[in-house]
Amino acid sequence: MKKDRYSVFSLARNAVNYHQDWAEAWRSPDPAGEYDVIVVGGGGHGLATAYYLASEHNVGRVALLEKGWIGGGNTGRNTTIVRSNYLWDESAHLYEKSLKLWEGLSQELNFNVMFSQRGVMNLGHTLQDMRDIYRRSNANRLNGIDSEILLPGQIKEIVPAMNVSGNTRHPVLGASYQPRGGVARHDAVAWGYARAADSRGVDIIQNCEVTGIRQENGSVRGVETSRGYIGAKKVAVVVAGHASVLAQMGGFRLPVESHPLQALVSEPLKPVLDTVVMSNAVHGYVSQSDKGELVIGAGIDAYTGYGQRGSFSIIEGNVAAIVELFPVFSRVRMLRQWGGIVDVCPDACPIISKTPVNGLYFNCGWGTGGFKATPGSGWVFAHTVANDEPHRLNAAFELDRFYSGALIDEHGAAGVAH
Amino acid sequence: MLEIECPWCGPRDQDEFSYGGEAHIVRPLSPENLNDREWGDYLFFRDNKKGQHAEQWCHAAGCRRWFNVIRDTVSYRIVSVYRSGDSSSGESP
Repeated sequence: MKKDRYSVFSLARNAVNYHQDWAEAWRSPDPAGEYDVIVVGGGGHGLATAYYLASEHNVGRVALLEKGWIGGGNTGRNTTIVRSNYLWDESAHLYEKSLKLWEGLSQELNFNVMFSQRGVMNLGHTLQDMRDIYRRSNANRLNGIDSEILLPGQIKEIVPAMNVSGNTRHPVLGASYQPRGGVARHDAVAWGYARAADSRGVDIIQNCEVTGIRQENGSVRGVETSRGYIGAKKVAVVVAGHASVLAQMGGFRLPVESHPLQALVSEPLKPVLDTVVMSNAVHGYVSQSDKGELVIGAGIDAYTGYGQRGSFSIIEGNVAAIVELFPVFSRVRMLRQWGGIVDVCPDACPIISKTPVNGLYFNCGWGTGGFKATPGSGWVFAHTVANDEPHRLNAAFELDRFYSGALIDEHGAAGVAH
Repeated sequence: MLEIECPWCGPRDQDEFSYGGEAHIVRPLSPENLNDREWGDYLFFRDNKKGQHAEQWCHAAGCRRWFNVIRDTVSYRIVSVYRSGDSSSGESP
């Protein structure tokens, strides 16, 4: 399981062999009969959970089950924005932990996740937007999170292509700016965690769909899968859009609803936008990938759905907003458009929690903004699973908050556009 | 995009409608007698079904009336439409 480190020397060594001899990045073992922990779901969050279970908590036998291929769900479908400028203390601390992990992730995983701290700008278009932005920005600073307020002239300096003239339907009055925010390469995050987890002994088992959760006396015993029954002392479920389906197998319900969320990319352009621009009010967000494509995110459809596609009217409204902000983009052609399924909580915050079944844990409800939390989510979830109790960073994100009423209302603050 | 058949106005584009979530959730008659668990279940917890889902729609840009739809949440195909108060088979209770 010991792997060669990726470095300039391994690159040179393999160049000599015309890159024919690179070792596989992770094994594809057959499932064993029983594990200490089974992680269900091979997206970024699941892979990170498996990695931290092995690396931080020394859990011996860990398997990760993925019904398709790793990173093939929302990890491969999102717009890759990373930031931590959340209003409330609970979410700010959780996302900031994640951002700190992002900052050292390529070194820790020995895999270039192409984390690019190019800054994230959240625009305000009304007086109330600006009041909210000042409030959130001040709250961020009190929590030690970098945040600046930009006025239209300063925005224009950073993003010359944006129309800040005030002569628009939704004039740009200002923005909050988090310089440490940015984007990362989504596939590399999945592959990096997979490789690092595998080298610590985690069995990554793809094309293995969980079809049932076996319980005895209120405790989990294992999972039924398309490749047979696999026993486990603990089962950790991280399946994004399908959380309710897995919860049903466990015999309980969740306060989440699954919605289609769409995104689109343009043809590749020369560099025109070197930061991330988001607007909650007109509901668009855009950045430019290293390949030159404009990566544009839309909003969710109001109706629930598992079909991985949404309505054209959502795209239409989204593109209209982007073109109003960036008139120069009006003749850019779009290459492709797609949808993913996100599970949305009533308070726009995740559930990282124990469940009514002993030894069964759920990490879900990230809604439209889970990618940025990938490292932090896995880190606190691994702690929760290994110790059978939440870390203080996710104690407020228990399922019980929907009974106690202690919701973390991020809808108005940062929960719209991710 | 969906084409939804309003029970009063006939088939119209999805953009004329607003979505009202899962149907047939009955507000408890005496909420003061519920414990936190029962109230939380009523308020927040949903079936979120993969498959045929009973849901509420409102013809917001038309007659502004609410009605129920059975829709497949995977194919998005609308199976049936019925008025509030009717059962999904179309008969009045």
